[in-house]
Amino acid sequence: MSKTQAAALPLEPAEAPRRKRFSYRIEIDPSGTRNPWWIAPLSILLALVLCGIFIAANGMNPVTVYAKMIKGAFGSSFGITETLVKAIPLLLCGIGVAIAYRISVWNIGAEGQFLVGAVAATAVTIWFPNLPIYGTIPLMIVFAIAAGGIWGLLTAIPRTYFQVNELVTSLMLNYVAILLLDYFVFGPWKDPKGFNFPGTPMFNDAQTLPVLGDTRLHLGLVFALVAVVLYGLLVKYTKWGYELRLIGANPEAAKNAGIPIQRHILLVMLISGGLAGLAGMAEVSGVSHRLMYGISPGYGYTAIIVAWLAKLSPAWLVVSAVLFGGLIVGGYSVQTIGLPSSISNMIQGAILFFLIAGGMFGKFRLRRNA
Amino acid sequence: MDTFTQIVIAAISSGTPLLFAALGGILIERSGIIQLGAEGIMLLGAVISCMTFIHTGSLPLALLAVAGISIALGLVHAFLTVTLRANQTVSGLAMTLFGTGLSAYLGKSVAGTPIPGSVPKLDLSFLDGVPFLGDVFGHLNVLTWFSFALVVILHLFIHRTSWGLHLRAIGDNPATADVMGIRVQTLRYGYVIVGTILIGLAGADMLLAYSPTWTEGMTAGRGWIAVALIIFARWNPVRALLCAYFFGAMDTIGFKIQLIGSEIPSYFLKMIPYIVTILVLMYLGWRSRNKLSGTPQSLGLPYIREQRF
Repeated sequence: MSKTQAAALPLEPAEAPRRKRFSYRIEIDPSGTRNPWWIAPLSILLALVLCGIFIAANGMNPVTVYAKMIKGAFGSSFGITETLVKAIPLLLCGIGVAIAYRISVWNIGAEGQFLVGAVAATAVTIWFPNLPIYGTIPLMIVFAIAAGGIWGLLTAIPRTYFQVNELVTSLMLNYVAILLLDYFVFGPWKDPKGFNFPGTPMFNDAQTLPVLGDTRLHLGLVFALVAVVLYGLLVKYTKWGYELRLIGANPEAAKNAGIPIQRHILLVMLISGGLAGLAGMAEVSGVSHRLMYGISPGYGYTAIIVAWLAKLSPAWLVVSAVLFGGLIVGGYSVQTIGLPSSISNMIQGAILFFLIAGGMFGKFRLRRNA
Repeated sequence: MDTFTQIVIAAISSGTPLLFAALGGILIERSGIIQLGAEGIMLLGAVISCMTFIHTGSLPLALLAVAGISIALGLVHAFLTVTLRANQTVSGLAMTLFGTGLSAYLGKSVAGTPIPGSVPKLDLSFLDGVPFLGDVFGHLNVLTWFSFALVVILHLFIHRTSWGLHLRAIGDNPATADVMGIRVQTLRYGYVIVGTILIGLAGADMLLAYSPTWTEGMTAGRGWIAVALIIFARWNPVRALLCAYFFGAMDTIGFKIQLIGSEIPSYFLKMIPYIVTILVLMYLGWRSRNKLSGTPQSLGLPYIREQRF
């Protein structure tokens, strides 16, 4: 209420306390269900500005660095195929994370599930070295999905039956998976002809996924695209997907409607882990052609941001997986000018900060205090 | 010195970073805010203390720098979760990712360089003759003594003072606390920042007293073990001390088994702390399935005045 209006009201007692002129409160906006579209691009932009400050503080020109990253990731046909190669595991893990998050299960164990998937796929090549390609590849896929799924269940079972926070378990299991992989590549599976390189022997032709032309882009892209289409269809058009959405929207109501939440959690983590395991198989069989030390540049963690940025929507999952694939490739390309590739982790974290800050604009509204 | 004494000493020195981080987490979570950024904050604390110590050669300055960066990180977390009411889980995850990346980026220049000194020890020569205590206490540095003091201070603060009562109130029932005239938002800001400083100190202790060179990702999940410790300790500082040393001992026993020439590959021994964490959490969950776990009741719920969620 403005001053002149206040003066025009004769009934108001003179000693009434003066209202604060700028007093606002934040409240939940009942009509706000979706965020404005510009939140995501703005978050990315602000994250780049923030990280640019750190880059500048380190004595580099951020514009040069970013230009180098973009050119490295999208500036050449080699860069683009490399970006897509990195997008494959991100998309597979990202779908897994997204499915779990649909029912508010925080799977940050995609990294570990990815690694055990890679280990299991390699186990096939070690144990059955002479199978033909139509035998090996399906067996590797089955092993990898099973291993990733079991790793996911190891998180889901404590959560459902022992009320253990899945964040902590899935993260602990990531470290266990890293150690397991290290054991195999430094120990029993180490290539005897590898000059002490921590990796298994190279896979033979029957154990590697076919690639497109003379690029490194492999069949895993098809797996990822099929998975994302299936994810979209299942969530949108099936009863199971409906139940997932119901649990995600209102667990209390879902419980009262008789939906077995615990069983859903187990199933969802099985699928989520299985997809990450498949990503691990695609990576060893399609890209590195061997199991080796440090095989993942943190795909499982990046997948969390991929899923979050895409707001769990299948189409946007593809877009954000490609974007973050580019970020990883760009991170590698700045190594040539003496910067560590971890710069891409830093940008990822910053993007997430701004995304969650921006995500609140749609949910709340600012109201002037009356 | 017998093996037992050695294990106790090693358990304390590897448990102290966990203790600092758990104490910081307890303060933050008691105020109702989930703190999952411990891993990232510890890494940043470690790298900042390493850089400052190497460039200035001064330990107090290194600790001050850690406090500085922790205050900044705490402000970010508090702003996101208290003012913007953002998802506390994601904010913590973002902090871990950002901290991991930024620390690797900053630490590139000092990676592998040993720090120019160590944390001083208290002069306790009068204890030299005492068989067990003399050895154990003779090995404790100032930061460890500070962590002991902190346990006592926080225990008394949380359970014996009216400020502690306010802290518990805003974590359990912020609406009631607000009605009673307690400034929920301001206090939450304060506790998040103080707690973050302690977590940053955990990283500094890890670097200064436990493994005195910076390597990328050197905390190796200890931040997350600290998050689990808060649950084991049921948000209680004294129990946090016991749990932290228990995990320090787990860490150490792996090394010891390796030293006596066991057949088990070291990779499996290094898995012990992580697997034990999960098993203990499962045991606690099973045991407390029908009773209260001590979790602050509004943990993770943003508070908005006059509104219900």
